[in-house]
Amino acid sequence: MSDETNAPDAERPKRRWWLGLLPLLVFSGLLAVFAYQLIGGRDPSIVPSALIGDPVPTVELPALKPDKPGFGPQDFGGGPILVNVFASWCVPCRVEHPLITALARDYGIPVYGLNSKDRRDAAIAWLDELGDPYTRIGYDPNGRAGIEWGVYGYPETFLINPAGEVVYKYVGPITPRLLEEEFLPRIDAMRAQ
Amino acid sequence: MIAELGHYVLTLALGVALIQATVPMLGAARGDQRWMAVAAPASLVQFGLLLFAFLALIHAYVTSDFSVLNVVQNSHSLKPLLYKVSGAWGNHEGSLLLWVTVMALFGALVSIFGDNLPPGLKARTLSVQALVTVGFLLFMLLTSNPFERIFPAPLEGRDLNPLLQDPGLAFHPPMLYIGYVGLSIVFSFACAALIEGKVDAAWARWVRPWTLLAWAFLTGGIALGSWWAYYELGWGGFWFWDPVENASFMPWLVATALLHSAIVVEKRDTLKSWTILLAIIGFSLSLIGTFLVRSGVLTSVHAFASDPERGVFILALLAVAIGGSFALYAWRAPLLTGGGLFRPISREGALVLNNLLLTTAAATVLLGTLYPLFLELATDDKISVGPPFFNATFVPIMAPLFVALGVGPLLPWKRADLAPALRLLWVAFVFTLVVTIVAGIAVWGQAAIALLGLALSAWLIGAVLTELYRKCRPTQSVTAGQALRRLTGLSRAACGMTAAHLGIAVVIAGATGASLLTQEKIEAVTIGQTVEVGGFDFTLTDVRDVPGPNYNAERGTFSVVPSGFAGAEPQILQSENRQYVSNGQVTTEAAIRSTLWYDLYAVLGDPAGQGRFTVRLYFKPLVPWLWIGSTLMVLGGFLSLSDRRLRVGAPKRSAAPAGGNAQPAE
Repeated sequence: MSDETNAPDAERPKRRWWLGLLPLLVFSGLLAVFAYQLIGGRDPSIVPSALIGDPVPTVELPALKPDKPGFGPQDFGGGPILVNVFASWCVPCRVEHPLITALARDYGIPVYGLNSKDRRDAAIAWLDELGDPYTRIGYDPNGRAGIEWGVYGYPETFLINPAGEVVYKYVGPITPRLLEEEFLPRIDAMRAQ
Repeated sequence: MIAELGHYVLTLALGVALIQATVPMLGAARGDQRWMAVAAPASLVQFGLLLFAFLALIHAYVTSDFSVLNVVQNSHSLKPLLYKVSGAWGNHEGSLLLWVTVMALFGALVSIFGDNLPPGLKARTLSVQALVTVGFLLFMLLTSNPFERIFPAPLEGRDLNPLLQDPGLAFHPPMLYIGYVGLSIVFSFACAALIEGKVDAAWARWVRPWTLLAWAFLTGGIALGSWWAYYELGWGGFWFWDPVENASFMPWLVATALLHSAIVVEKRDTLKSWTILLAIIGFSLSLIGTFLVRSGVLTSVHAFASDPERGVFILALLAVAIGGSFALYAWRAPLLTGGGLFRPISREGALVLNNLLLTTAAATVLLGTLYPLFLELATDDKISVGPPFFNATFVPIMAPLFVALGVGPLLPWKRADLAPALRLLWVAFVFTLVVTIVAGIAVWGQAAIALLGLALSAWLIGAVLTELYRKCRPTQSVTAGQALRRLTGLSRAACGMTAAHLGIAVVIAGATGASLLTQEKIEAVTIGQTVEVGGFDFTLTDVRDVPGPNYNAERGTFSVVPSGFAGAEPQILQSENRQYVSNGQVTTEAAIRSTLWYDLYAVLGDPAGQGRFTVRLYFKPLVPWLWIGSTLMVLGGFLSLSDRRLRVGAPKRSAAPAGGNAQPAE
């Protein structure tokens, strides 16, 4: 470029050439941080798993139905127990309901229901229609207990070990495959001990 | 079938983009006119192809074609038509398609309206634009194909997140994207200029309208998003300093700076290297924002499809696009030499101050957004940086900017004296004082810092009007009639500037009212009970269930009268909690009654037992000013743009007006 030669101050470019590199350097540093974070594989959204390995939350849940008790931390232990978060308005809960029923009936695992953000009459009508596989059902109309349990979506299923600790949690409707691959092996392992 | 066509067309567009990215660039290097001439038709064809693909996706949504995975995941046959259409861009794949379509649109616009550009610059600009498009098309075709089929096709879709089913949000992404992506053409102009090694006043004049266009849409898009958050999220806030919001705000700050520094390049032929840098940074921040949102590197309430594999691809894209342009900058920028010299106190000096403060503000927002990431890397702690950080850093940077903004336009170019400018502003001083005193009495006992906000707003309104007055009546010898004629004869660019600056002033007042002067009460009430907030009596009169098209709603009706006027005609506010049929998600529709001076804002919450309902009631002074001010700013942008086009339309490379060194490149 011939501009340089007759530019008013040809000195300036030489003096400040490194300034031009600054954006590139800053950006490279930024890029390195992004890459490290991304490839380091830390997923920032896995905050909810905080409960895994901890004892069940110490919330006492009142009963949903007069003839079936609610549950609290003292009701865990002795064997594997599932906690299933459901609500009558939740369509995927309806989808997974037969599997929950089969799990309770065929594998003999106590399943505690956590009925959250629901109306009592709607929840009872829902259970009357689809069947009630639960051993205990806790009622959580305003979702406070749900917050303690770290409920993230509906439905959600927790596996609690004989020591009363949360071992595994799944957000979303349970599928047969999930049952085979995630829940049953863990339950069998607990029973084998 | 149409979905397959859409996919096929995307591949074609990639081919065209590859040609457009290489042939004209080589042509410009070799000085071959025919090779350079490929750019214009190629960009038109590419836009046509991508528009077809985009329409194909919308078609799939409108017809609820559940054999297309994207439609299954984001649509539902019961959804109203508007949201079927807007669902097409309410997700990762679709929004990417919108992104590249807008990129191609800008390329096409440059090839249509850029007849006056020197062929070399035009060819290189369109080439760079196509190069970025290639990156995005590859990204889409390899990791995020919007036309992916699913077999067997389900009977019903999973529905769009109900929060997004809202008119405000239907138009927010397209506007924001036109803004974001509009900065891509400015970026391409900057890279092309670096490759040519030449930036002059003419370059700045060509780039400014595109910046202005992008800026106006970005402003509108951000305002629309903020408005949506205000009435849809039901928290009564309008800005949350969320990473996704920041991702749109940083490019806005930089684009605003660029808008002003380009004036200096155009009028005074200096600050060239800096302006080029801003042009690159503006689009880079758009890209980084996209990366942050979609890669899962940062969490956000907006949680868009985050997927590490995509993240790696976007990271590579960032490295090439931004790293490449910065490297080009490091190599070529030293060739750009400045012309006009100026004193610190001058119009240029004021614009430099504007640039310094705006870029510092952008850097602060970037730091606050990324700080959790840095900290986690260093110490393994998880934290989030919230409004307190941003309020504590952002406000002190912006306050001097607004003070200076009052004075800057009154300073002459090259060298100036502060004293005469300040003397001109005596009316503004008095006005500020009066407003501050009146406001001080009105908001006595509330946040003292609110007074600062209101004073700044008043100062700016006074100063902008003073400047307008001086323009029409520079000396006492100009009669009122002549001044009025001058007012109607003002250039649209001048009107645009006045409108945009007034808009800022009005937004400051609105933001002050919304964040510092709001009064709120959260109470559990029975039907018929009255709560007083901010001088108004809110009575919950009724709660009932009402069905909607794809949701069931619980509707609470409030009747509101000014306190002490029980007999007055009540205003009726209706707030809804909507529970969507397909996934049970609940959204809140706040009831808002706006007047010029305040908003009444009521939200029906959860039942609290014994027939009581939790209600949140707000009195929000000046909130409507946020939207009025934003509208003024957008209007100002378009006003100025309509003027520019006329001037740019009749171009002469009128050898750079001031002290130019606009020699031919070779």
